Amino acid sequence: MGGIPHDHYEPKSAGEKWVHRRIPIIGLIYDTLMIPTPKNLNWMWIWGIVLTFTLMLQIITGIVLVMHYTPHVDFAFSSVEHIMRNVNGGWALRYIHMNGASLFFVAVYAHIFRNLYYGSYKAPREITWIIGIVIYLLMMGTAFMGYVLPWGQMSFWGATVITGLFGAIPFVGDALQAWLLGGPAVDNATLNRFFSLHYLMPFLILGLTVVHIWSFHSTGNNNPTGVEVRRTSKAEAQKDTLPFWPYFVIKDLFALAVILLVFFAIVGFMPNYLGHPDNYIEANALATPAHIVPEWYFLPFYAILRAFTDDVWIVMFSSFITGGIIDAKFFGVLAMFGAIAIMAFAPWLDTSSVRSGRYRPMFKWWFWLLVVDFFFLMWLGSMPAEEPWASLSLIATTYWFAYFLVILPLLGVIEKPLARPATIEDDFAAHYGKPGDMTGQRLPGEKAGTPAE
Amino acid sequence: MLSKLTTTLAAVALATGFGISAAEAAGPSDTHITDYDFSFEGPFGTYDQNQLQRGLKVYTEICSGCHGLKFVPIRTLGDPGGPSFSEEQVKVYASEIEVFDRELNDGQGDFRTATPTDHFPNVVAVGAPDLSLMAKARAGFHGPANLGINQLVKGMGGAEYIASLLAGYTGEEKEQAGTVLYENTAFPGGWISMSPPLYGDDVEFDDGSPTDLESTAQDVAAFLMWTAEPKLAARKQMGLTAIIMLGVLSVLLYLTNKRIWAPVKPRKDG
Repeated sequence: MGGIPHDHYEPKSAGEKWVHRRIPIIGLIYDTLMIPTPKNLNWMWIWGIVLTFTLMLQIITGIVLVMHYTPHVDFAFSSVEHIMRNVNGGWALRYIHMNGASLFFVAVYAHIFRNLYYGSYKAPREITWIIGIVIYLLMMGTAFMGYVLPWGQMSFWGATVITGLFGAIPFVGDALQAWLLGGPAVDNATLNRFFSLHYLMPFLILGLTVVHIWSFHSTGNNNPTGVEVRRTSKAEAQKDTLPFWPYFVIKDLFALAVILLVFFAIVGFMPNYLGHPDNYIEANALATPAHIVPEWYFLPFYAILRAFTDDVWIVMFSSFITGGIIDAKFFGVLAMFGAIAIMAFAPWLDTSSVRSGRYRPMFKWWFWLLVVDFFFLMWLGSMPAEEPWASLSLIATTYWFAYFLVILPLLGVIEKPLARPATIEDDFAAHYGKPGDMTGQRLPGEKAGTPAE
Repeated sequence: MLSKLTTTLAAVALATGFGISAAEAAGPSDTHITDYDFSFEGPFGTYDQNQLQRGLKVYTEICSGCHGLKFVPIRTLGDPGGPSFSEEQVKVYASEIEVFDRELNDGQGDFRTATPTDHFPNVVAVGAPDLSLMAKARAGFHGPANLGINQLVKGMGGAEYIASLLAGYTGEEKEQAGTVLYENTAFPGGWISMSPPLYGDDVEFDDGSPTDLESTAQDVAAFLMWTAEPKLAARKQMGLTAIIMLGVLSVLLYLTNKRIWAPVKPRKDG
């Protein structure tokens, strides 16, 4: 696989040849591990490994938790307490699984914004990007349904609010909502199907992850310059790349170890910091919490959902021209899903011929504003639906859409990009010197020499 | 430069994420939660066995009239890190409790003397909430700006909330829709339907510890933190072990990484 010329696996021993004639699996593993990787990748290229690790962590802890959990409205909450109190190491499994979801989203947001900055979504990696967005949507679904399982107050009321979104769809909404819930309201049927789907979807994510990795192993990794690896000859390709093993495996494992250190500090010392206290109160259909808030990773899109109220002109306008079919609630739902869906179109909305944001002087500013906008929306999502936050949400939402629909297409036309290095080799040499350039060799602890010395 | 910026982005993402999620409903800002010092705070804090035993006494003699602890098995009173009762003490404590057993009386159910394997009773008589998880179901601190960042310093504040509530009665009362409400400086909204349960000198402690209102309020709050999070000590130990092991692993991987890349990177980024 892969269009970058490199040495492929050749079976040597008799045993290897025997296997290789029957199934080329050793070759597949070898070629996957030894894939030529641009040697100038920076620390933002570690999130893929972190995400893969987290997926496995969640699947493994999840499978063990299921052995002790009871998906029934009368027993779900107490079975979680049983896990926390009576199951050996149950508290650790549950806290790791619970905070693992947050680690997953920290990593996926870093991964997504890395792609947005370095233009990784651009041709020829559009399919990799779109598969990634689908994985992200599945992650959101999985996390949402997983949060319902402990059957606390936020589980119950979160499920009620979010499934209510489907009820906002004109004509079929109520029927669709009842079909999703398995009844008129969130109840045992809902809990059971969410449990079933929460177990299924991680495996769909796993399958798509394989396709995601396969697709970028065909196109090759993007890199901070956005300049492609030279494919004209193996010798040139080798100057731009290094094999994934050991160079990037060890680098990624180092980053993973540091991230896990922070992760276990949270699990060990403040495991409930990211959760909501109300979820330690058993679900009660008769008592609505004062303030229903989703988990932090949903907050930016929750803010977008709530931004569109009856008094926003675009809502009034669409309500008017559709004869009231698109009301404020449905408009909010469309905006929320649209805010995610629009990212999938980034490869075609971005008209710039330059891939990496590093060489786009104007783009940089707009990009970092988008990052700020994202965190601002996250904060707004945690605030009550009142002024001034409602208006601020609307402004922040407008920027989110404007970035993709107006700024990205326009920048490609008006921006004058900076000069890019001709090759990855040049970029790498500019930072670290040429391989075999012995002038830079130094003893441990010795400072790098400068020509002036 | 850019890679540094992006790393910062990740760090900010992490920090902001934590802050915001922890943010709770913007409760009334006029509620007052005292930041009491509890022995179980901080990365190395553990429960004070004597305080938990005092808190258990307060719970047994006062709170248990209206509030249950249905998720807490009585045997756990003997667990290490908790009140650490001896096996005999646990048996004696259990024998003083009556629990409802569905199996008795031909499936009609009846009351019987508890054994250590039973849970504390589920008390529902006056509709008072179960207290098993109360210390985790309330957050004392939310600020600043609803970001919950002060929880990094002060902790979640569940136990502080309970102690502040018990000591937060002003003495004012009012009647509303046939219910008497009591003014409380810690309760969201300022008026609570629970009458003041503690006044000071409500219990006597064998060890001669102070029995004033604030002390007993803190004792029972500490006990309820234990009922909510009985595995706190094991959890912190795991955290510390994990940090040390991952710290060593990180250093080794850092050095390995440096060594592997050294021939490819003759000089550092200038």
